[in-house]
Amino acid sequence: MDRNRLQHQVACMRRSLFDQGYLDEPFIQLEELQDDANPNFVQEIVTLFYSDSARLIQNIEHALNSRPIDFDKLDDYMHQFKGSSSSIGAKKVTNECTVFREYCSAENAEGCIRSFQQVKQEYAILRRKLEVYLQMVRQAAVSRTA
Amino acid sequence: MNSSGGKGSMSTASSSAAWKAVDSVPDQFPAGLRVLVVDDDPTCLIILEKMLRTCSYEVTKCNRAETALATLRENKNGFDIVISDVHMPDMDGFKLLEHIGLEMDLPVIMMSADDGKHVVMKGVTHGACDYLIKPVRMEALKNIWQHVIRKRKNGWKDLEQSGSVEEGDRQQKQSEDAEYSSSANEGNWKSSKKRKDDDDETEDRDDTSTLKKPRVVWSVELHQQFVAAVNQLGIDKAVPKKILELMNVPGLTRENVASHLQKYRLYLRRLSGVSPHANNLNNSFMNPQDETFGPLSSVNGLDLQALAAGGQLPAQCLATLQAAALGRSTAKSSIPMPLVDQRNIFSFENPKLRFGEGQQQLMNNNKQVNLLHGIPTTMEPKQLTTSQSIGNINMQVASHGVQSSQNNSSLINMQVAPHGVQSSQNNSALMQMGQPQFAHAPRLPLSVGQPIISNGVAANVSTQNGIRENIRAPGYNPVPQTSSMLNFPMNHASELPGNSFPLGSTPGMSGCISKGTFQEDFNSEIKGSVGFMPSYDIFNDLNQHKPQSWELQNVGMTFDDSRHSNSLQGNLDLSQSVLVQQGFSSGQMSGQNRNAALVSKAMLSAGDSTEPGNPLNASQHLNSLPVDNTIRVKTESVADVTDNLFIDHFGQEDLMSALLKQQQGIAPAENEFDFDGYSLDNIQQDQINGIIRTDE
Repeated sequence: MDRNRLQHQVACMRRSLFDQGYLDEPFIQLEELQDDANPNFVQEIVTLFYSDSARLIQNIEHALNSRPIDFDKLDDYMHQFKGSSSSIGAKKVTNECTVFREYCSAENAEGCIRSFQQVKQEYAILRRKLEVYLQMVRQAAVSRTA
Repeated sequence: MNSSGGKGSMSTASSSAAWKAVDSVPDQFPAGLRVLVVDDDPTCLIILEKMLRTCSYEVTKCNRAETALATLRENKNGFDIVISDVHMPDMDGFKLLEHIGLEMDLPVIMMSADDGKHVVMKGVTHGACDYLIKPVRMEALKNIWQHVIRKRKNGWKDLEQSGSVEEGDRQQKQSEDAEYSSSANEGNWKSSKKRKDDDDETEDRDDTSTLKKPRVVWSVELHQQFVAAVNQLGIDKAVPKKILELMNVPGLTRENVASHLQKYRLYLRRLSGVSPHANNLNNSFMNPQDETFGPLSSVNGLDLQALAAGGQLPAQCLATLQAAALGRSTAKSSIPMPLVDQRNIFSFENPKLRFGEGQQQLMNNNKQVNLLHGIPTTMEPKQLTTSQSIGNINMQVASHGVQSSQNNSSLINMQVAPHGVQSSQNNSALMQMGQPQFAHAPRLPLSVGQPIISNGVAANVSTQNGIRENIRAPGYNPVPQTSSMLNFPMNHASELPGNSFPLGSTPGMSGCISKGTFQEDFNSEIKGSVGFMPSYDIFNDLNQHKPQSWELQNVGMTFDDSRHSNSLQGNLDLSQSVLVQQGFSSGQMSGQNRNAALVSKAMLSAGDSTEPGNPLNASQHLNSLPVDNTIRVKTESVADVTDNLFIDHFGQEDLMSALLKQQQGIAPAENEFDFDGYSLDNIQQDQINGIIRTDE
């Protein structure tokens, strides 16, 4: 059935997201928090994460472009970004954040700029994948209730 | 699940009520736990909120520390526990932690994506009761209720101990002593001696064994006389008998002097041991001024902090320490100066100490200090030297060192540990704990200088904020000046263990600082551990804070001098005292001014929120209680002190006054926390009753 197939696809994609290291345990916690009272909890959180991340990324960009670079501020922003990305289980993104913070504490501007590119890249990849995945989830849910 | 389903709704009365009773935990417990979660990260905040709701907790979320503080202040009794992020834009999480510890004495859990040892340690030293690494898992949140209960239980335990179980305590103490001393060869000797001393002390008997002596109020004047006599004799030669003769105060007994002396010695030790300017100790004590306040507080704070920092101090230990320290002092009047006895015992131990130069100091310092010294701890000599005064160090170390080590020298903890180390810990544990502490010399100044709110002790340590408070419990207010009085007690927090403040007074009795009434009990009360009452006196506990930290605040606050022209002030004072106490307990003495500022700020805000009518109510309540007249007296002095409190610059005096005042305000509850309507459960009632009984 369509629904079954959809659900199967959802399950497969979900598994691959975890297997490939894009998502981690906290994401499962989010899923578990989703219930009848909050049927779209995961989507809500992810959306919130996107908007918050966009803000932080912008701040970091700005800080990286300013001269001289304020490493403390950079670290602060990245700390926040790392915090929220780890909260939703964005594993690869979080890892890149860690790398960035290492460069930051070493006040290595080059390293920061480079690793920030990585952060943005991973963030973009994850975002795309999550959007696809969550859309599938929605479809499967809708088909279920249909 | 709480009835209040609304998001972020403040705890409802029903849920509050459900949480009030320590002993009778509601069936749905821990459902309904009122949590305030603070995090500037919106994603995390929402996730946490959802997780906590799923745990059936009642959640209020804040994305700014200032908002959280305001919320807490408006709703003093409205929360059971706070979870806060470390990195926040408007206020550092640790600062918030301090504020909360000072003002509300709630258990606070810190969280951060940062899992660096340094940061976690900071949580410990600042008194967080736990530290969670983000991303926070639900399993971690499910169990946060333990911190609330633990805090309460510790408070209760102290209360009970201080209340009627004097015998038991005595026994416990003795056994603790025995354990402690067992590490030394003279274990048996010590134990027996201690027991004997304890008996003497406990029964407060000397020649007139059958008489139950009325509690002595160590007024400022009296204390001045005492100090003068001690100075005249020389601190090392000052024995109770001679002091008594010199003082020539009719009605004063040798026992009174002995217990007071014990506290005084602890105070001195603490002063010398604690701060870098250890040597000021005697001087500072002589002029009980702000300085003493500082070091003492730092000591106290230090100890806890150190312990916490050491990471070795399990929460339990800290709590124990604090409880012990606090409990001891207040508690049992029957055991006025266990320390004295211990001193002897411990001095024996001194030689055993492996401290290097510290030893000298040890010897010089009160024998009492030796208590800790004697503990066969692993303290390194260098550690001692760091602290400057061995005696104090030991004390402090002990407090720091409260380790969970099982041996217990809980006795020592009790007695020595200024911080009210709870008995279960060994002194050696203390010492060991102390080691790490001292090893980090910088830490000392750190704690001193910072108004650290040790909310309970190290992360993961369940010591709750109470521990902090223990330290605060200044058992000794020898200084004639208000400030000194305040300072002293604070410093003496550690002394508490030994000095059951015979002044029966009950918390409120602590004599008005302004009046210079120095009450031992008061001091212990000062410890005001807001959240954590080591319990010596029921009253103290009541005053300080019963199992329910949030309630305590009310208690302290409630006392208000109706006479006070500015009722608001009165409330403020109370708040201040409460705050002060809290601040003290966290051993933030060092940041006296800061603390004062904090306190005053907190109090002012607290005061602002109180209704003008409160003072009146408080007074009324006070009057309605069959409280000793001394309470009334205190009231007056409170009023006087109040004026001082409102000075912008809060000196230690102010803080002390605040504390003292708070002490006084045990029974009456502020309007908002109307005593009658107080959500406190029977326990508090019992406490009050107990207090009243002790007054008799």
